[in-house]
Amino acid sequence: MPVSEGAGRRPGLRDRLARSDLLHDFVRDPAAIVAAVILLAFAVAALAPQIVAPYHAFDPNQFRLTDAFLAPVWSDGGDPRFLLGTDDQGRDMISAIIFGARVSLFVGLAGVLLAVVLGVAAGLVAGFVGGWVDAVTMRIADIQLTFPAILIAVMVDGISRAAFGQADHNRVAVLVLILAIGLSGWVQYARPVRGATLVERNREYVAAATMMGIATWSIMLKHILPNVLTSVLVIGTIHLAVAVILEATLSFVGLGVPPTEPSLGTLIRIGNGYLFSGEWWIAIVPGCALVILVLSINLLGDFLRDALNPRLR
Amino acid sequence: MVSFFARRIGQAVIVMLVVTAVAFVMFRFLGDPLVAILGIESTEAQRQAVRAELGLDRPVALQFLAYLGSVLQGDFGISYRLGRAVEAVLVERLPATVELAVTGMLIALVVGIPAGVYAALNRGRLSSRLLLSASLFGISMPSFFMGLLLIWLFSVTLGWLPSFGRGEVIDLGWWTTGLLSAAGLKALIMPALTLAAFQIAMIMRLVRAEMLEVVRTDYIRFARARGLSHRAVHYRHALRNTLIPVVTIVGLQLGSIIAFAVITESVFQWPGLGLLFLQSVATADVSMMSAYLILIAALFVAINLVVDLLYLVIDPRLRGRSELART
Repeated sequence: MPVSEGAGRRPGLRDRLARSDLLHDFVRDPAAIVAAVILLAFAVAALAPQIVAPYHAFDPNQFRLTDAFLAPVWSDGGDPRFLLGTDDQGRDMISAIIFGARVSLFVGLAGVLLAVVLGVAAGLVAGFVGGWVDAVTMRIADIQLTFPAILIAVMVDGISRAAFGQADHNRVAVLVLILAIGLSGWVQYARPVRGATLVERNREYVAAATMMGIATWSIMLKHILPNVLTSVLVIGTIHLAVAVILEATLSFVGLGVPPTEPSLGTLIRIGNGYLFSGEWWIAIVPGCALVILVLSINLLGDFLRDALNPRLR
Repeated sequence: MVSFFARRIGQAVIVMLVVTAVAFVMFRFLGDPLVAILGIESTEAQRQAVRAELGLDRPVALQFLAYLGSVLQGDFGISYRLGRAVEAVLVERLPATVELAVTGMLIALVVGIPAGVYAALNRGRLSSRLLLSASLFGISMPSFFMGLLLIWLFSVTLGWLPSFGRGEVIDLGWWTTGLLSAAGLKALIMPALTLAAFQIAMIMRLVRAEMLEVVRTDYIRFARARGLSHRAVHYRHALRNTLIPVVTIVGLQLGSIIAFAVITESVFQWPGLGLLFLQSVATADVSMMSAYLILIAALFVAINLVVDLLYLVIDPRLRGRSELART
């Protein structure tokens, strides 16, 4: 139980960020710095791929079939125009990876955001309202928690395939992926948020706010929500790594984004067909990019968790 | 304690009912079973006849009861894609998945638990930090890419191991096993390692965190104060209490290993349930998807039940305080 200060309110996200010496810890953690730099590079490339990438990976006019299957520049048959080689369509691998990472990051971020909104809302309402709303929400969470995210995501995809039909499915594929990630991930936010809400609900400042006639939703959003944002931030970072893997996995097995706009997982799926004929880079190079991306997110997530929760040191 | 069992089993039944209802809704309302059976060019009269024959004109509640009844008897309908009884296909595919999942889990436990204990006891040392970095790498590596790298190294480059299938399978009548032939064992190595890699990293991190927590408690401090050897303190006192949560973790991981088997089976074209499920999803084979959903739910519910009961057996403190066992 923290020492009561003022109305007994615990420090919110902004206070905790200011008090946590985040910058101080950051400059002393080389792994976190490297991870942040890599993520920054990915983010810039994702935001402005036309500027960063040497070629436009989705524009058929910019690649030629005569350039197909060129090896990376350091091995035999490499071409200095394409540092990491080309794929079966003659696409520059670097450009394909940049555009692919853009799709991967977009789907991952949107899915995490959906999970955060769903989970935080469910947790706040369940914890604040209590009663049968709480019981039902948490039972659903319990049940869902027994099913791994990947199965739920595959199931969501299968249901949408059966509902939309195969042809229409490609048009909604990205939305379905985001929905799959969101629906499979909300529980990990709902539980801690509910727990924190249960604690906060009975504090004096909430009673004071209620007596002052402040609306319930306003109390939830403005008074209780700030208390849980730190944990949401930490869980969200680690969830983003999981979401990117989930998207790549679904795309790899052919349930994700359509090949017309490939994500990293789709690129690896395409390359998988050429692994045995010696063109290893078409699968391995985007795979390494994926691992580097996920590893950086995880490193940063670990850093944030340790820096924002001094108790865990 | 009896009431605890009763409530737990009651919950399990409710979960199964809910899942069966979801499966029924999918089965009944996604895709048109009449078109699937008769083809698109069938006449309305033909469809009416089959509709009456299958009982699809009855009230939905009655249909659900009928569905529940046939599921309880192990009848899951006909696969749209394969044109065979779903349950027959499932039984045929089960051994491949069970052998893969159990082997993967064993590898993960045998490597993961000692690595976690070592990392916790030698905290701060270089070797333990290397282990921890390796585990972070392990959870950042998508399992399908891990499988791809293994295939690239051992099948394409070195040519040592087969890249797909179960190798030579011996038919025992009710079970087909790849464990009794050299080719079958060789085929199992890479899929099992792929499946185990993520779990090793996961189990190691969990055991380490749990052990660090236990080592900090008072009774460990007192055990040290009593002058017990490090060995006795670590392995007799700390490890034993670490393993309680580990049982839960292992139980839940068993579920996730079956889920990840879906991906591993796809990478290695392993003829198990997971590959079957993926192919069913990709072709919207609804009856197969419904059956898989019910089967997996039953498996997970059973695992959770067993884990809860094991908890009571392992930790005497929980007996009689059934409320605690829920968290």
